[in-house]
Amino acid sequence: MSKNIILKAENISKQYRLGQVGTGTISHDLNRWWHQIRGKENPYLKIGDTNDRSIVGSSDYVWALKDINFEVERGEVLGIIGKNGAGKSTLLKILSRVTAPTTGGVKTKGRIASLLEVGTGFHPELTGRENIYLNGAILGMSKNEITRKLDEIIDFSGVERYIDTPVKRYSSGMYVRLAFAVAAHLESEVLIVDEVLSVGDAEFQKKCLSKMGDISKGEGRTVLFVSHNMPSVKSLCNKGILLEHGKIIKDDKIDEVITKYMTNDEISSFEYENNECGLKSFEILNSKGVQSINISNGEDLTMILTLEIKKANPDFGFCIAIYNEYEELITAINSYHINEKIINLKRGQYSLNVVVPKYVFNTGLYTVNFHFNSISGVIYKKMERITAFNIYDDGYRRGNKYSGLWPGKVSIIPNIYINETA
Amino acid sequence: MNHKQDSDEEWLFEIKPKNKFFELNLKEVWQYRDLLTLFVKRDIVTVYKQTVLGPLWYLIQPLLTSLIFTIIFNSVAGINTGSTPPFLFNLAGITIWNYFTSCLNDTSDTFKKNAAIFGKVYFPRVIMPISIVISNLLKFGIQFTIFIGFYIYFYIKGAEISLNEYTLLFPLLIIIMGFLGLGLGMIISSLVTKYRDFSYLVSFGVQLLMYLSAVMYPMALIVDKIPKYAWVVRYNPLAYVIESTRFMLLNVGEITLLGLLYTSVVTVIVFFVGLLVFNKTEKSFIDTV
Repeated sequence: MSKNIILKAENISKQYRLGQVGTGTISHDLNRWWHQIRGKENPYLKIGDTNDRSIVGSSDYVWALKDINFEVERGEVLGIIGKNGAGKSTLLKILSRVTAPTTGGVKTKGRIASLLEVGTGFHPELTGRENIYLNGAILGMSKNEITRKLDEIIDFSGVERYIDTPVKRYSSGMYVRLAFAVAAHLESEVLIVDEVLSVGDAEFQKKCLSKMGDISKGEGRTVLFVSHNMPSVKSLCNKGILLEHGKIIKDDKIDEVITKYMTNDEISSFEYENNECGLKSFEILNSKGVQSINISNGEDLTMILTLEIKKANPDFGFCIAIYNEYEELITAINSYHINEKIINLKRGQYSLNVVVPKYVFNTGLYTVNFHFNSISGVIYKKMERITAFNIYDDGYRRGNKYSGLWPGKVSIIPNIYINETA
Repeated sequence: MNHKQDSDEEWLFEIKPKNKFFELNLKEVWQYRDLLTLFVKRDIVTVYKQTVLGPLWYLIQPLLTSLIFTIIFNSVAGINTGSTPPFLFNLAGITIWNYFTSCLNDTSDTFKKNAAIFGKVYFPRVIMPISIVISNLLKFGIQFTIFIGFYIYFYIKGAEISLNEYTLLFPLLIIIMGFLGLGLGMIISSLVTKYRDFSYLVSFGVQLLMYLSAVMYPMALIVDKIPKYAWVVRYNPLAYVIESTRFMLLNVGEITLLGLLYTSVVTVIVFFVGLLVFNKTEKSFIDTV
């Protein structure tokens, strides 16, 4: 069937000029203008480095975004993730029409409202009520719409008592609550949200998240959500795109995209003293023996490591450390503790199957760090986030009665023996 | 199949690299009319918060300027304003001149001043300068009221001042001043986003312009004294507005319909050039500001 696409990005690219605006700028401007009146192409569009801030580029121009293509369906919640400087903010700015793309374009079938910041245009001297009107109008609401929703907004914000006080007297929390309340009641078909949820106290954050869920699931509106907070991205979004150096490197279901994002380091050979040993590959298999990043908590998880030993070394080991999505260390698997034999591996290539039995990990996202170390604990080579996996609930523990998030860091099914004692 | 179907579909709007050469999007401005009224209200309500004298500040500046002009130009330099009281002569010119300069000054840093809000949310940017020109009308209204007060005072004292049939055209002069200030302000605000040099130019350029706009002397005087350079004032549309203002309100000086027509045409051109430049700038100014 034909998809109900509400927003479509076609080849968006955005070029920025580095350095300062000065005398050099005017000569470039004149050159560009001279090309334009002769009907030639902008000479500076042909050049430009990819957007990698750690490398010194040769050109004054960089492509903050390059050939971005994606589609969003109605009612979808699209997560946009990537490291700092990957181009997320630039993309949001283009989508919310704050700046224009250098080439390419975006087509949309609905009104787009953007929430790159809460409280845009709040005036400190105006009262809460006046600011609701002002901020609402800035975000694209009409006066009637706001009046209709005024009670709802005030109620959601929880600052009824101060609603006729100038907002400069507000605490920062109250300010943010009021601002988010206005934004949450926008009636646009597409809502763009940038990490605004990182403000406010835990209770209010929860309220915001559930409101965002309502917006997409209950009201069938489309949300584009940018955040570094993977748990909230995972719980809100159903699709995701991963940006790196201004390009989309993954456009898939949200779990796959997050896993890709969380996988950081390339697996590299260990080069310590004459290249003694190395990790060739690291794979995660489900109970069917198929490589997968989505594993149910009710199946065994197998990690397959390929190690190459060039020189036998009794003082050699490795460690697999598994972290959850909150960056907490869940467990560390050390070679000494598994099997003494590993230490005395002879020259050659080995494949190790490390099997974690079912009902150990609770649902969530996990990342894997790997390092080679000596018996005394000296770390030779550290590889962070070499892979990631997602554990989903098989429903066994729940018995189809409880559908909420299962609490706890591990998912153990204990043996329970009942003895009648009286 | 699917792709073809897509291309036939109706898109609400597109975000594209550049505007068409002339695209005003007045429909969109109309959609945001509530925002315009709220901005005007905000400007009016907030400007005097936490001041003791409040709107009185608007009166002090033109009154003191007129007083000083009267002392320097009329008493010391001896510029003759005929039978009209020099103070009223100066106050009339300064009142309408102030409306122009406040429109120009306040709109000329639209992009720079609002970079924070423009960088976060989209609405037709032109709403901002339009709201400034409208809220400045209030300031003009207050200053004009004090002018009327002095007008009545001098009239009772028997000064030779009177209205005439042209007085009915006075609102046109206010509109011209508003649009000229807005048009020039939009052009300058667009240039300032990239080259800050223009903001320096405005602050002292406006001062120089006042001397070329017949604010403190009658137009006939400059034609009489330095006929060789009088064209500078003759071609300055602002001079016609000032001169016409005094004619309409005080029945002094000259009024030429050709001059007013010339001024109107220049105003329309400046305004549309301003809109054009402004629209071109609003698409990507956030990258350079």
